[in-house]
Amino acid sequence: MTTLGATAIRAARRFASSLPALFGVLIFTFLLMRVLPGDPAVFFASGPNSGKEEIETIRKQMGLDKPVPQQLFLYLYDVGRGNLGRSLMTGQNVTKDLRERLPASLELTFSALLIALVLAIPLGVLAALKPGSLIDHGVRLFCALGVCVPTFVSGLLLIYIFYYLFGVSPDPTGRVDIFTTLPPAHTGFLLIDFALAGDFDGWWAAFKQLILPACTMALFVIAPLARITRASMLASLGSDFVRTARSVGLSWWRIIVTYALRNAILPVITIAGIVFSTMLGANVLVEKVFSWPGVASYALDALLSSDYAPVQGFVLLMASVFVIVNLVVDVLYGIADPRISIG
Amino acid sequence: MTTPKPLLNIENLHVTFSTRRGPVEAVRGISLSLAEGETLGIVGESGSGKSVTGFAMTRLLDASGKISGGRINFRDRDITKMTSASLREMHGSAMAMIFQNPRGALNPIRAIGQQIADAILAHRKISASEARAQSLELLRAVKIRDPEKRMNAYPHELSGGMCQRVMIAMAISSNPALLIADEPTTGLDVTTQKVVMDLLASIAAERGMATILITHDLGLAARYCRRVVVMEQGRLVEEADALTLFRSPQHSYTKRLVAASPTATSRVEDLVSDDDKLLVPAIPLPPPPKPAHGTPPLLEVLNLVKRFEDGTVGVANFSMAIAPGESVGLVGESGSGKSTTSRMICRLLDQTEGTINFSGQSISHIPAREFHRAPQRREIQIVFQDPNDSLNPRFNAFDCIAHPLIRLLGMRNGAALKQRVAECAHRVGLPADLLERFPHQLSGGQKARIGIARAIACRPKLLVLDEPTAALDVSVQAVVLQLLDRLRREDNLAFLFVSHDLNVVRMMCQRTIVLRNGAIVEQGESHALFDNPQTDYTRELVDAVPHIEMIAAGKMAAGA
Amino acid sequence: MSSATLQHAAFILRGNPITGIAAIGASLLIFVGIFGPWIVPYDPIASNVQNALMPPSAAHWAGTDQLGRDVFSRIIVAAQLDLAIAVSAVGISFALGAVIGALCGYSGGKLDRAVGRFVDVLMAFPLFVLAMAMVAALGNRVENIVIATAIINLPFYIRFARAEVNVRRNLGWVEAARACGDSHVSVVLRFLLPNVLPAMVVQMSLNLGWAIINAAGLSFIGLGVKPPTPEWGIMVAEGARFISTGKWWLVAFPGLALMLAVLCFNLLGDGLRDILDPRQRT
Repeated sequence: MTTLGATAIRAARRFASSLPALFGVLIFTFLLMRVLPGDPAVFFASGPNSGKEEIETIRKQMGLDKPVPQQLFLYLYDVGRGNLGRSLMTGQNVTKDLRERLPASLELTFSALLIALVLAIPLGVLAALKPGSLIDHGVRLFCALGVCVPTFVSGLLLIYIFYYLFGVSPDPTGRVDIFTTLPPAHTGFLLIDFALAGDFDGWWAAFKQLILPACTMALFVIAPLARITRASMLASLGSDFVRTARSVGLSWWRIIVTYALRNAILPVITIAGIVFSTMLGANVLVEKVFSWPGVASYALDALLSSDYAPVQGFVLLMASVFVIVNLVVDVLYGIADPRISIG
Repeated sequence: MTTPKPLLNIENLHVTFSTRRGPVEAVRGISLSLAEGETLGIVGESGSGKSVTGFAMTRLLDASGKISGGRINFRDRDITKMTSASLREMHGSAMAMIFQNPRGALNPIRAIGQQIADAILAHRKISASEARAQSLELLRAVKIRDPEKRMNAYPHELSGGMCQRVMIAMAISSNPALLIADEPTTGLDVTTQKVVMDLLASIAAERGMATILITHDLGLAARYCRRVVVMEQGRLVEEADALTLFRSPQHSYTKRLVAASPTATSRVEDLVSDDDKLLVPAIPLPPPPKPAHGTPPLLEVLNLVKRFEDGTVGVANFSMAIAPGESVGLVGESGSGKSTTSRMICRLLDQTEGTINFSGQSISHIPAREFHRAPQRREIQIVFQDPNDSLNPRFNAFDCIAHPLIRLLGMRNGAALKQRVAECAHRVGLPADLLERFPHQLSGGQKARIGIARAIACRPKLLVLDEPTAALDVSVQAVVLQLLDRLRREDNLAFLFVSHDLNVVRMMCQRTIVLRNGAIVEQGESHALFDNPQTDYTRELVDAVPHIEMIAAGKMAAGA
Repeated sequence: MSSATLQHAAFILRGNPITGIAAIGASLLIFVGIFGPWIVPYDPIASNVQNALMPPSAAHWAGTDQLGRDVFSRIIVAAQLDLAIAVSAVGISFALGAVIGALCGYSGGKLDRAVGRFVDVLMAFPLFVLAMAMVAALGNRVENIVIATAIINLPFYIRFARAEVNVRRNLGWVEAARACGDSHVSVVLRFLLPNVLPAMVVQMSLNLGWAIINAAGLSFIGLGVKPPTPEWGIMVAEGARFISTGKWWLVAFPGLALMLAVLCFNLLGDGLRDILDPRQRT
């Protein structure tokens, strides 16, 4: 009960302390809009050939004729209301576009993180338990190579192998093939929605589409996760308190799991937060490779067609997601480490 | 008298570590035996192999260490041939260990009650709640206040001494026949050290456990062990009854060790035997000059206060004076503010309030960041605690000593500088061929000498010594102390000697100030202060120091 | 470098030949980066449509692309641009980060807090997204890729230098330097920075690989470098269109080049760390 209370207080405090950074992010995206090449009003006008008057009107509408601090204020006000502007490409509100596409991105990222953690932690632990053994060398080699292969290369090679050579994967475009009927959207996560709808075929189709991009992203982050697991597990196994545990005759399992692993997991939690940030960035590349209809490919398409409102919205969204992830990481860390939660 | 069957019998033990530079033998054939309920001390300096011997006995060596020869018989079973399953069975229930650095030895993220319960459950099939009840009993047995509340505490919430009690509770949880304590009180304050050692001794005596105390501190071994063995470079050089060992050591190494260990009556001159004096050129020492009446003190500190940014008070209202050529000791336990005080006097740290006068002139109005330009900078120098981190890793010994000469005396690279550095090195007994070496190529004692040479290079009038020998082995400490004392007399240097070691201060300083929680508890002439303390705190400090002279009386009482 | 350091390096290399191989690989890479345009068998931009999309052969070691250009030549020539972007970006962030971080770590106080806030804001973005946004804002040019990569690297160097200086600021030899008459500024510049630099050089080597991947990623999504300039990221992007029809060499070889470059710098960084780690010295 007290732990719960302490955790809540800590989460609140941590959130409060991330507010300045979040404010900085807002200022930054605002500046980004103003630094953008050309006149924003031109981009927001109906077309490249729109008349001068129309541009003037839009400029007034957007408040671009007002002094900068007032513009900043208006911008903050708009963001506060959830208004991120309108996309030229889709002609829709950016907020709405992002909301439609976010679940696809999150489903991909979370699946990849899950795959990476499930593989990396056991691998790192096994390597640390037998340093110098075959498995240790294997894990280290994998880690050394894993960080060297960019996601866009490994993704394409996976497509070549599993789609072209073996033909076991479906056409690597999108979340489901066009013949599958989508389940009613509850969460926006297709795997969950299909499961809720009891549509096993649909689930399997979605799973087959998801597995390659998720593995691509996971491959890139298994290396840092396994590496830190191995290193912290080694440190933990060599620590004084594990020696103490051995000196009083605790069982192997208790020493490895309760004493060594629980301590070793703490740095892994921290690194997982950083890894998540890397994955949000890698999303852009993976979504492009697999034509995944997520927020990143949306922003990228917008960027390449000089449609800047979606880009801003995307940057803001990613920063907010990352702030939330950091908050979660922090709370998890606080639960796992009593030294933090009490202090 | 019948010789009881030995509990532990070690025959010709060898331990080898594999390192990057090939195998290194840390223990080279030691044999010893221990009876049921006996207390044995293993004494040695760093690198003597004493701790390795302890870890070998319990088979808790690091992965790189291997028992490369010999036998360890414990209750007629050879430990060196045990399987890991029977070792696990034996750990805790037959023999247990207590470690140095108690806080690190406990799992930082598990409640201490749980950790003790883990140890109990490893050897007995009882329910979790029974184990919990027994851990509570154990916490009571090791005299932890408020045991019910402490059950759920984590190590970081307890002091070092408390953590060591918890460690003791874990070690005795399954009533082992043998307790091995490896430097159990190193790093703890002297009063805590006494409490923990007394507790350990009484518990072992009550429960009839044999104890092996591994320590670098001869006095500690003498006070708590009946029999003591001395180790040097992996070999056992002498074994004797504690009293005999100190009254009439036989082996030359033991003789040196006994001489070098400061006691309540030792004098600096006696610390090092004659053959070692060759290291330092022997110059007849003039008697300490008496300051002429009426001269202003060299250093005068008035109402010094240090409050830190977070509001804690580091030093509260500290005043003192040092005459030219006088040596004043500043003693206190950790957190007493002695280092903060010394930093302020050296002008490395700004005071919050108060005045510091040097040779009659105020220096406290010069902020620490500007003091490097003040003329007094070269007059006040400092020798740092840990020789390992007091030298720039990228400077060789020559650069280190030349640094103040270039900066403070404006000397240029050249013959004059070379000669001056060589002279300083000679004065501290540092061989000239070591001047080219970098810190990582030098021993602790050599690094300490360089630190001293650097501090005296500009011929200062006041030397602040911040625990100058705390990180050194006793035999090295002895040489360094002697060196410092000689330099002080030769140059008529004044010392502010900061230390936690009362015996060292008593020997090195004419006057002593006792500090506690940032305030002066007591001050006066050193011998008078220690022989006849006026406050309870000083008395407690003095009593806590293990004195070899007390063995006789103490042991008689215990044996009766 | 003293002879002791060299001896130590030789000792480490004997025990760890991989570092030696990585060093050779990195030198080879730099050689190719400088002399690439003069040593390639074919013109990297000349197209030859009759010879398009040929698999690897004796004449074209890495095959040809959709315009019949020799993939191997393009890979070799691309090394120059990729390395130049990574090296200049890392160089800028290293120089700025070391000085800012060291000053913050030593002085603490207001400067430290202000810089800390700035770093927090930068770190609140997923870095690749930040780089993307910056290139979009500053203009789709190669220089801006360098600037964006430098800025997203800056927090690491600032934090690293800050932490390294911070742990040392209260060590005996730092206080001793002040007792020997050095001012704060001189302590930072003459004592702390030289002690921190070796560790930062290691960091730089490890970081180079990351910067290469980042820059290639940006051009993969169409930012910065424009076709027909040979660049690894763009080559992969162009090859991506043909992967579903089995033209693997268009992706695999530029990808391999990227991977080897990153691997070399990473292994070199790990090796340098071993060499410079004073704890492992004799």
